[in-house]
Amino acid sequence: MAVRPPESRVWWNEPVPRAELVWVTVAFLWGVVMFVMMIVWHLQGRQNLSTEVYRVDPEVFRSRVEAFVERYKVGEEGTTGIPVARVPPGGDAYMLGRLWEWWPVLELEKGKTYRLHLSSLDWQHGFSLQPVNMNIQIHPGIEHVITITPTEAGVFSVVCNEFCGVGHHQMIGRIRVVEPGKGG
Amino acid sequence: MAAVATGTGGLAALAARFRTCPVTGLRVDAAAETLIKANAVAAVVFLAIGGFLGLLVALTRWQAVHLLGPDTFYLVLTAHGVNALLLWVIFFEVAVLYFASAVVLNSRLAAPQAAWAGFVLMVVGSLAVNWAILRGDSSVMFTSYVPMQASPLFYLGLILFAVGALVACCVFFGTLVIAKDEKTYEGSVPLVTFGAIAAAIIAVFTIASGAIILIPTFLWSLGYIRHIDSLMYKLVWWGMGHSSQQINVAAHVAVWYLIAGVVLGAKPISEKVGRIAFLFYLLFLPIAAAHHMLVEPGLSAEWKVFNTSYAMYLAVLGSMIHGMAVPGAIEAAQRARGYTNGVFEWLRKAPWDNPAFSGMFLSLVLFGFLGGISGVVLGAEQLNIMMHNTLYVPGHFHGTVVAGTTLAFMAVTYLVLPLIFRREIVFPTLAKWQPWLFGIGVAGTSLFMLGAGTLGVSRRHWDITFSDAVLGFDYPPTAFLMLALNGIFAILAAIGGALYVIVTVATVLFGKRVGPEGPTTPVTAAPAAAKAVGQYGSAGTLHLPGTYVLITVFLVAFVLYYFVNWRYLSELWPMS
Repeated sequence: MAVRPPESRVWWNEPVPRAELVWVTVAFLWGVVMFVMMIVWHLQGRQNLSTEVYRVDPEVFRSRVEAFVERYKVGEEGTTGIPVARVPPGGDAYMLGRLWEWWPVLELEKGKTYRLHLSSLDWQHGFSLQPVNMNIQIHPGIEHVITITPTEAGVFSVVCNEFCGVGHHQMIGRIRVVEPGKGG
Repeated sequence: MAAVATGTGGLAALAARFRTCPVTGLRVDAAAETLIKANAVAAVVFLAIGGFLGLLVALTRWQAVHLLGPDTFYLVLTAHGVNALLLWVIFFEVAVLYFASAVVLNSRLAAPQAAWAGFVLMVVGSLAVNWAILRGDSSVMFTSYVPMQASPLFYLGLILFAVGALVACCVFFGTLVIAKDEKTYEGSVPLVTFGAIAAAIIAVFTIASGAIILIPTFLWSLGYIRHIDSLMYKLVWWGMGHSSQQINVAAHVAVWYLIAGVVLGAKPISEKVGRIAFLFYLLFLPIAAAHHMLVEPGLSAEWKVFNTSYAMYLAVLGSMIHGMAVPGAIEAAQRARGYTNGVFEWLRKAPWDNPAFSGMFLSLVLFGFLGGISGVVLGAEQLNIMMHNTLYVPGHFHGTVVAGTTLAFMAVTYLVLPLIFRREIVFPTLAKWQPWLFGIGVAGTSLFMLGAGTLGVSRRHWDITFSDAVLGFDYPPTAFLMLALNGIFAILAAIGGALYVIVTVATVLFGKRVGPEGPTTPVTAAPAAAKAVGQYGSAGTLHLPGTYVLITVFLVAFVLYYFVNWRYLSELWPMS
């Protein structure tokens, strides 16, 4: 039994039972399939995380987002005072995370592709786009540029899903996706 | 069996340190025995604390109950993680290491004083980190991601605990050297010890990673270092955080073999394959820090693919090998006992009344189906986009660490109580039900958290109704149902956990002493009927149809679930 030394002193020379050998082979091949699947998705799949990343000073990123809002602001989100920025199709959209908000609200067009710039001004945050259920980690000092194409119109929420202190559960942002040409 | 060392001077004094176990025939070193007891007791204390806090977490996330306020919730969640995930399992693993070295190898324990010093360090560290959390200035979660900062005492407590654990690993390695030197066993070490060696080597890697990141973070919290890079912190921290879970896997697989061996006399199907599978753990598990960084900016896709898959799933292969070898060994032992009818008589007539066996088998099944499959799916690079930081993550690791490791450790306790503490188990009926209550409860929490995570519900979140947020969002009603079910099953698990603590504590304090002839409640199953177990390792004697059915069901479930998730992924917004 397994709490005794092997019965045969030269256990490494014993033949492996065929049944076990078959299972080891099947399990190994399944591992290869799963490994290849990730590579195939990089070549064929349409959901791969961007690796376009820059180091950025949080203050610099903040001023860029503010300039972006200045330029593209089309109103405010309800009575919250949070600006709504309508991004030109194919353009660069900015969103920052800070204790405890995602800023600003973005308005995108369905079917158009955008370059979304994400970063944090303070701690780590989790960009969780719901109900699409896409989740990306956001670090301070790192600007992550993600090319994204909304495929459905509607109101989407950005829940923070990285714990960021006692106001964490209040940190929620918004992305509005409108039909092409129906902005505002 | 054991060749006692000859020719050494202090033989008589040494012999006085030993007693012989009436059940297993193993010689037990008194110093090792006391240390095993001390570490096991500490483990149970922290399990009781951690488990209770876990119940509070589950009852808060059940939105209709919503027990705690936000400050308390995040505090309790931090303490739950530290106590249940770190303190309970590592204390118990130290006990397992001493058992798998000194007791299994018939050896004396190396440097008992050092082992005690390590124990004291671990206790002091545990108290310090708990104090730091409970006084309210270190609610940073178990992971304590920078730049969020805890009090220096939080990091210092963790460092002291880790140093203590490192000392325990050194005592373990020293004991191996002594056993080899004094020839207390013949040939190679038993498979259980081999598994424990794998666990201890991973532990050293883990503690080194912890030291590399926690010492600078401690200095940063004191103001001596200005900046800790958040990405670097995460990479190295998970070198500790994830690898420490791999200690658990190696240790609880060793415990599966141990229980199957002691209770049923089961032998490994093949010593060679079993050991290679542990070697796969050793070589490939420690690179799994990547599992936590798949949606992180700044790491290349190549690095992610290679590391997250443990270099082409070789560590997963190790687990799949054990997943067949353990039930296969049990089936072979049962068939040798004469339970040869049909495909599953061996399983039906297994000693289900023995909590050591039922706990071990539940641990095996739940670890594979819940923890294992969900872990591989979660760790597929692109699939992680749908799951990162959702409740899918705790759903997965409650399947591995709680249903797998914790349940296996509970099961082996029912061997440790009569054999090491030498007490008859009080409340044997409660003990019989305990693994079932806990196993089913934990399986439920794991499953429903996986479900809620699939719906996108965030982990570590006090209020998913966003009642006091500026903007709102409605998760689907099913998500709330999932969290309610999670709460109900958490209550069940908590009852099972409380029974474990009650039975264990009552047995240690009030249990009848086991006489020289061994415990009255049978530890091992009835001896094999007439024919002895065939020589294992020879292909001719193995006939394991039941095990084939089990692993085929497992593989089919695995493959289907894996590809269903890629299908879900393809429906997400295109991104690159």
